Amino acid sequence: MGQQSSHSTAAGHNHPKYLAHHFESMEQQNSSGKLGMWLFLGQEVLFFSGLFLMYVLARMFYPDTFLAAHELLDWKLGALNTIFLLTSSLTMALAVRGAQVNSQPQMYWNIVATIVLGGAFMVVKYIEYSHKFHDGLLPGHFFDAAKAMHNGVPANIPGAPAVFFAIYFIMTGTHGLHVLIGMGLMLWLLVRIKRGDFNSENHVYLENVGLYWHIVDLIWIFLFPLLYLVR
Amino acid sequence: MESNHNNVPQSAHAASAGGAEPNYINAHKGIWSWMTTVDHKRLGLMYLVGVLTFFGLGGIFALLVRTQLLGPIFGGASGKQEWLFSGDTYNKLFTLHGAVMVFLVIIPSIPASLGNFFLPLMLGAKDVAFPKLNLMSFYVYVLGGIFLLFSIFTGAVDTGWTFYTPYSSTTSTSVVSAVMGVFILGFSSILTGVNFIVTIHKMRAPGLTWVRLPLFVWAQYATSLIQVLATPVLAITLMLLAIERTMGIGIFDAKLGGDPVLFQHFFWFYSHPAVYIMILPAFGVISEIITINSRKQIFGYKAIAMSSVAIAVIGFLVWGHHMFTSGQSELASAVFSFLTFAVAIPTAIKTFSWVATMYGGSLRMNSAMWYAQAFLFLFTIGGLTGLFLGTLSVDIHLHDTYFVVAHFHYVMMGGTMTAFVGALHHWWPKMTGRMLNEFWGKVSCFFVFVGFNVTFFSQFLLGTKGMPRRYANYLPEFQTWHQISTIGSYLLGLGFFITLIYMIQSLINGEKAPKNPWGGLSLEWETDSPPIEHNFHGQPVVNNGPYEFPEIDHSKSNRGGH
Ligand code: HEM
Ligand SMILES: [Cu+2]
Repeated sequence: MGQQSSHSTAAGHNHPKYLAHHFESMEQQNSSGKLGMWLFLGQEVLFFSGLFLMYVLARMFYPDTFLAAHELLDWKLGALNTIFLLTSSLTMALAVRGAQVNSQPQMYWNIVATIVLGGAFMVVKYIEYSHKFHDGLLPGHFFDAAKAMHNGVPANIPGAPAVFFAIYFIMTGTHGLHVLIGMGLMLWLLVRIKRGDFNSENHVYLENVGLYWHIVDLIWIFLFPLLYLVR
Repeated sequence: MESNHNNVPQSAHAASAGGAEPNYINAHKGIWSWMTTVDHKRLGLMYLVGVLTFFGLGGIFALLVRTQLLGPIFGGASGKQEWLFSGDTYNKLFTLHGAVMVFLVIIPSIPASLGNFFLPLMLGAKDVAFPKLNLMSFYVYVLGGIFLLFSIFTGAVDTGWTFYTPYSSTTSTSVVSAVMGVFILGFSSILTGVNFIVTIHKMRAPGLTWVRLPLFVWAQYATSLIQVLATPVLAITLMLLAIERTMGIGIFDAKLGGDPVLFQHFFWFYSHPAVYIMILPAFGVISEIITINSRKQIFGYKAIAMSSVAIAVIGFLVWGHHMFTSGQSELASAVFSFLTFAVAIPTAIKTFSWVATMYGGSLRMNSAMWYAQAFLFLFTIGGLTGLFLGTLSVDIHLHDTYFVVAHFHYVMMGGTMTAFVGALHHWWPKMTGRMLNEFWGKVSCFFVFVGFNVTFFSQFLLGTKGMPRRYANYLPEFQTWHQISTIGSYLLGLGFFITLIYMIQSLINGEKAPKNPWGGLSLEWETDSPPIEHNFHGQPVVNNGPYEFPEIDHSKSNRGGH
């Protein structure tokens, strides 16, 4: 990588192909990209930390509600989704590896697999959500215990079930939005891989999407037990 | 004027550097070239225009608020209920004033405009690390501004800039669009912060070590850390508030099963660090202005640099001092009170260092320096009264009175805005290639300083007498001080109006600015005024610290200007 870092002046553009004009070397460009992403992920963690704090407080206020209401979530579907996301993190890592060893197909097909697994996650989420809608297990004003009981769901929960389902929808919804954004980014990755943009020297964009995807995965690893496996 | 930096203009440009090369303003033409620019200097200028426009708007709201508080001077007892605006309108006016000034003016003021413009220049870089992201955060800022202003036309907001629940989740005014505006503005702030941190880490010129960074850069670094780590918490809080309003989810509203104090914790977890987002860049600016105009190595470079970072860190742990009366535990209050005192230490280190820098310096009292002196005076009052408020027993009496209003205006307006305007005077020649009128600069500073003190010192007095904040009306015994305060606000407005006039005059026919009108040693003074599109002719190399001015010869009594 080193041979590109020769000093270029404002006039002489002896830059390699992927080097933006304001950077001096690929190394500088790549490490900037990575640092930027880590900072952004720090931001993401703090964003979600607000939601987790909200969860902790609500659970302290209404321990019985949480215990009873979590029974209405399907832990098997949650576990399935956990498997999907964990596997997708693996395929994502393999895609990054593909860039490092300059293997176009390895990059391409692993990103395709990651998108498919992310899609599977969203399909399962959709199934779960539509059940909740059908049974009136919704946030705040929209929570409808009578409808749920009518559908045979034991929704006579003590405390504030509307708050539990608000938290369930807000946390998984915000997470789901992140999954969708990640899938969108990966579609763009596919275009760029096809175009031959990435190789062992230049793949910080791919790597950054990967980092993002891992943090989305990580957040789910916390959400799953907190919401589905309450004791 | 000697320079400590060696340019290496061995390129083809060296020959044409006589002035043929276009600068960043005229390198590309047409409105489209501005709207799609990724040049940090143009974006800085665009932010500046945005910030100043909103400053004017927020200022008009403020003057309307103050005019209402003249009370019914024309006939009748001063207890009369309404004379200019109804109570509802008044509530909307002060809310809009606060929200516009905090989220659209002060937070982006120095970082987004001057930070964008000067950070890469001071680092000897061609641009920020992520120029496209920079353009995007500008549009995010504009979008957030539109949302916030949109709420004005859909019934405005009357919650105060703090959006406290449960009132904000029940009032019929258009809280959602205002809150979404602030939410969006937060992302602009976050992206700028990320961009700056990476730029400072990765884009420094050869030889520009961390201890050779201008202190403005250090201050921006600390600011950006807070922007990245605190703003997302505000974002999530406001998102929850908006969802609570639309779906009644019961997170903050006790009636629905939530906890209103949680909102206060969330809000201040951001908004206390946010006051350092506001003041740290101002500290950076003051370090620059005072040192250059004292022509002397700054006193305590490392202490100033490190105290910025210390403030950023401790600043995350003091938010509870806004909630002494909220019913939080006594232990928590005591700890927060203690930490509040602790944060005053690094702040005082800076103030003393500036004064020590001027001591024995060769002072040049230009208008930027006048503003810097105003800053020192006003910020010291603001910071000290902060300590009164951080004292538990005292705050029980002063909380939610005009004393708090006066405190934060002394630090925000007297501190940040004075520094901002001072910085504009300091860097205007570099940004526009024109000099400002020094005489009128001092006149405006005089009006700002006097007007400011008349406006807000009277509010300290009102506060200690028990005048609560955010009321459209008051008891007769408060009227005199209110009227004095209002007159002061008109003087203050006049001061800024004068500034506006001579800034426009300078753009039209101001004297042409040299490269380095104040004899600064940091890199931004090495390039042309205004700078060329790619900032420097060749890559600058740094061999010295930014403030290594030659020894002052005290035997000479007469010191030349430039
Ligand atoms: C030595 C430094 C400071 C100390 C010890 C301090 C302390 C305090 C305390 C204890 C309060 C709460 C008063 C109450 O509500 O009862 C307060 C309010 C406030 N401070 Fe400071 N402060 C300091 C510096 C600053 C700075 C630098 C800024 C902004 C640039 C600032 C902006 C504010 C604002 C905006 C409020 C009121 C917010 C509101 O309730 O609307 N403070 N300060
Ligand atoms: Cu505070």
